[in-house]
Amino acid sequence: MTDPAFKSDLLDVDPLMMDLLLDHYKHPHNFGELAGADVVHEEGNPSCGDQMKIALKTKGGVIEEIKFSGKGCIISQSAASILTDLVKGAPLDRVRTITKEEMLENIGIPIGPMRLKCALLALKVLKAGVYGQAAWPGEEDDE
Amino acid sequence: MTESALRAAPAAYDVQRVRRDFPILARKVNGRDLVYLDNAASSQRPKAVVDAVVESMTVSNANIHRAIHTLGYEATVGYEEAHKKVARFINARSWREVVFVRNATEALNLVAGAWGLANLRAGDEVVLTIMEHHSNIVPWQMLRARLGVTLKFIPVTPSGLLDLDAAARLITPRTRLVGAVHASNVLGAVNPVGALRDRARAVGAKFLLDGAQSLPHMPVDVRALDCDFFAASGHKMCGPTGIGFLYAKKELLEEMPPFLTGGDMIATVTPEGSTWNELPWKFEAGTAAIAEGIGLGAAVDYLSGLGMERVLAYEEELRGYVLEKLLAFPGLTLYGHRKGEHLAVFSFNVDGVHPHDGANLLDRLGVAVRSGHHCAQPLMAALGMDNTLRASFYLYNTKEEADHLLYALGEVSRLFVHGR
Repeated sequence: MTDPAFKSDLLDVDPLMMDLLLDHYKHPHNFGELAGADVVHEEGNPSCGDQMKIALKTKGGVIEEIKFSGKGCIISQSAASILTDLVKGAPLDRVRTITKEEMLENIGIPIGPMRLKCALLALKVLKAGVYGQAAWPGEEDDE
Repeated sequence: MTESALRAAPAAYDVQRVRRDFPILARKVNGRDLVYLDNAASSQRPKAVVDAVVESMTVSNANIHRAIHTLGYEATVGYEEAHKKVARFINARSWREVVFVRNATEALNLVAGAWGLANLRAGDEVVLTIMEHHSNIVPWQMLRARLGVTLKFIPVTPSGLLDLDAAARLITPRTRLVGAVHASNVLGAVNPVGALRDRARAVGAKFLLDGAQSLPHMPVDVRALDCDFFAASGHKMCGPTGIGFLYAKKELLEEMPPFLTGGDMIATVTPEGSTWNELPWKFEAGTAAIAEGIGLGAAVDYLSGLGMERVLAYEEELRGYVLEKLLAFPGLTLYGHRKGEHLAVFSFNVDGVHPHDGANLLDRLGVAVRSGHHCAQPLMAALGMDNTLRASFYLYNTKEEADHLLYALGEVSRLFVHGR
């Protein structure tokens, strides 16, 4: 779909990462519903109306399958696509070790303070789903 | 300019000269000229307002009213004079009908908390419009919980105009107050408030207007409107933040109990009880936002100097220009603006572009717009709108800036459709 001739004024920073995000946004990985999930959690961001649900199945302590669904901006949706890639096939405990910094690093473009909630929504939903709501309001939410 | 444009906006309105009054408009954002189109959220302030605030703080700073010394006298005169300027600006009968508060939100809370609490009983109806900003909904919901009053909402037609037929049915002899947003912060629609007022009067209900969006853009005459209450915020009309006002008819202010209580709003205090200060001080408890109040007076002077008829004519010309361009933009859905009177406030979506991303990327090109639900969730739900982008123009915006908005929207749209 990408028209190589098209050059946008908007991409004066890190065009490759922007391409990657656009690709995640238009063709999200692990998008959809998951039947028979062990963990299902859904949350929204009332200020922008974004909604996100993450469902996963584990086998022998490993995340065997993970899906996300919902609607939102390029930042929140591509973050979910990236995050689910990151933890799929990993031990469930990997979820605990993912920090805000690791999440932002994986997104790869500078995230301003106004978009931090979008960038961290998927991680929040995943952590709250796996460890309960109390797992989130810790170091990751000190914005 | 074409001949018809010259007729629409008198040649004497020199927007480039107006722009020079606003120092912030000269700055760059992300390396681009700032194009500030978030005026429905907050306008910029002209140098005259900034200077008035600075002067009040550097020359005449003291607490008002009981001070005998020179600074206290000057501050008192300046602050009272600001009330008089606002009163003249809205054609109130008396400056004592103008109560300074923090903003329109506080003004509306004052009406609900003082007039509403004292006058409403279980089963009484408060009729609002579905177009209200949250600030004219939530205070009444609090009263509903506390007193058991009934809240009713006048719906909008699919084209985003108030449904006056429904209003006629909803306003009944049990209705004690009809409250309406004068101009919508989402759609820009200027509501037919005369029809609502007449209906309210016919059943003996009080009539309240939320003028936060209308007053910055058009001449307002509270006597001609014949409203009982009119609320506005200074920061949307070239004034500072932290200052706004409630206009109310004197008889109502006289009979209403105070809202916030304490210092300055009393005449006498004994351990047994208190009596209230004269208007408007009865409703201005505690040390006021003195410099900000004086700044609001300067803002009103500034607007009066431009002339609100001319401001309205200029903005209407600008609205027509922007409207035509937005309607021609491929994949853009514009809400409202089909018929009826509107301000140059445009809510829209562009196919494939989430409003937050749109606002974020527009900002990279120097364009400041708002995205989200604009504190009017009931209206958004009624019109099936999710989040939108909103571009709201003001007296210093230009057609060139509108062109830049359209150019920037094109860039954003192409990015999401074609990729880089």
